[in-house]
Amino acid sequence: MFDALESWLRLSAARIHEQAPALTALDQAIGDGDHGINMDRGFAAILVQLDAGAPEVEGDVARAGTMLRTAGRTLISTVGGAAGPLYGTAFVRAGSTLVAAESSTADGELVLAALEAAIAGIAGLGKATAGEKTMLDALVPALTSGREALGAGSTVAEITRVIAEAAEAGAIATIPLLATKGRASYLGERSVGHQDPGATSSALLLRSLADAVAAA
Amino acid sequence: MATNAPSRVKKLINDVANVVPESLAGLGRAHPDLVKIDSANLVVLRAGGPRPGKVSLVSGGGSGHEPLHGGFVGLGMLDAACAGHVFTSPVPDQMEAATRAVDGGAGVLHIVKNYTGDVLNFQLAAELVAGDVEVATVVTNDDVAVQDSLYTAGRRGVGGTVLVEKIAGAHAEAGGSLAAVAATAVKVNANVRSMGMALTSCVVPAAGTPTFDLPDDEIEIGIGIHGEPGRRREKIAPVDDIARMLVDPIVSDLGLERGERVLAFVNGMGGTPLIELYVAFNSVAKLLDQRGIEIGRSLVGNYITSLEMAGFSVSLLRLDDSLAELWDAPVHTPALRWGV
Repeated sequence: MFDALESWLRLSAARIHEQAPALTALDQAIGDGDHGINMDRGFAAILVQLDAGAPEVEGDVARAGTMLRTAGRTLISTVGGAAGPLYGTAFVRAGSTLVAAESSTADGELVLAALEAAIAGIAGLGKATAGEKTMLDALVPALTSGREALGAGSTVAEITRVIAEAAEAGAIATIPLLATKGRASYLGERSVGHQDPGATSSALLLRSLADAVAAA
Repeated sequence: MATNAPSRVKKLINDVANVVPESLAGLGRAHPDLVKIDSANLVVLRAGGPRPGKVSLVSGGGSGHEPLHGGFVGLGMLDAACAGHVFTSPVPDQMEAATRAVDGGAGVLHIVKNYTGDVLNFQLAAELVAGDVEVATVVTNDDVAVQDSLYTAGRRGVGGTVLVEKIAGAHAEAGGSLAAVAATAVKVNANVRSMGMALTSCVVPAAGTPTFDLPDDEIEIGIGIHGEPGRRREKIAPVDDIARMLVDPIVSDLGLERGERVLAFVNGMGGTPLIELYVAFNSVAKLLDQRGIEIGRSLVGNYITSLEMAGFSVSLLRLDDSLAELWDAPVHTPALRWGV
């Protein structure tokens, strides 16, 4: 688990960096035009943290969880805006779920439990639900689809692939939505017709997860 | 990297990445008697350290609104201000450092403008110091241009924030408890409304080009302080007419009645000369005369800006004797000074 999730964080950092201008362009349309810049700064800081070495914690899953918690705190400390606290809390909560998990739990279940905890963290802090043109519109359908795949007996690679596909579809489905949370909500009807930058970065992270797990 | 390449709007900068730290360093060098800069955390601290027994006020937000907030650190106003990147909220570590640095044992009031990023980062910071420092938080949301409904993040904190910082700061300086100072801040916020307009866009240093396009003959009514859009676009008109577009929604939302007394604040967005701001103030004063509303106190100048945006905002605060007295109390900060 640790190696797969470390690859995930590294792959995410590379893709965030590559997609930063595109994320910023989406944010210029309906936000304040800094989402890519801010996320890139945060993930660059995560890379520095990863290069410093793995946390000295017993157990593969607990070590992976500790790494995610540290990554979350790094995001909170470096990203700023709304995305820093929201993604940071999501990573901290996901990490805590792994740290507390029973060692016998299957990888697919661990991934879904961590995703569920991340969603609860974002929803609680942002006081948001799916359908408000936020990152939850990528994450919530991803969890639903992932749970169905788990129920059907899929492997962790299949589950993460299904999660990534649902998140990407969810991000695209934010285009016709009216924003009611965050800075895009000031636009009212003018937020309609634009893809949400937060849902887009969430989908990017989950696609990176699927690719990292598939390569593991 | 050439920071003043021809395609970019000309700016007085050395390196785009260092605009905020170098500006803070300049503030510190210019006013060493008033402020001290924590350059590691990008926090402006009141010189002389925490005052034992005094409630401390901490604010902060994205940079680009100068003199807000760092220019309001000093006697009778803020004890610390956290500076984020331009138009981006600072992070909880900065607010935590500021809160711990200024706590004089009587608690710390966080004054937060209502933007999702600022609110969330201050919330996490308050959690980080919980148990060590008593923190109360007041969120300012005075902008009538945004409908306060289930369908928005709520009204933005704009010009009224300056008045909250001054008046709550005076109450803290006078020895008010944390609960009392917070109540004063809430009272000011509840009795102030603002609305702004833009003649031109602003240019974020890192972007180098205007945030939005506004045709030469159009103005944006209800503009925010980050170049985000307002209620609507109008053709340019005499300032008497523009002032009415701002004053009417404020008076109506605040429910101001004939015979009431207000503090009238005409704020420049950063790129409008004072000669025009006084023309605008005169327009506002005439409109208030017509409605039988008395101007008890006034403030005119660039106090909460949006980089070099041209335009102005109007804030009206319903005054009573206690608020007027706190407004008149001595203040000595880089940007606001009287009574000392």
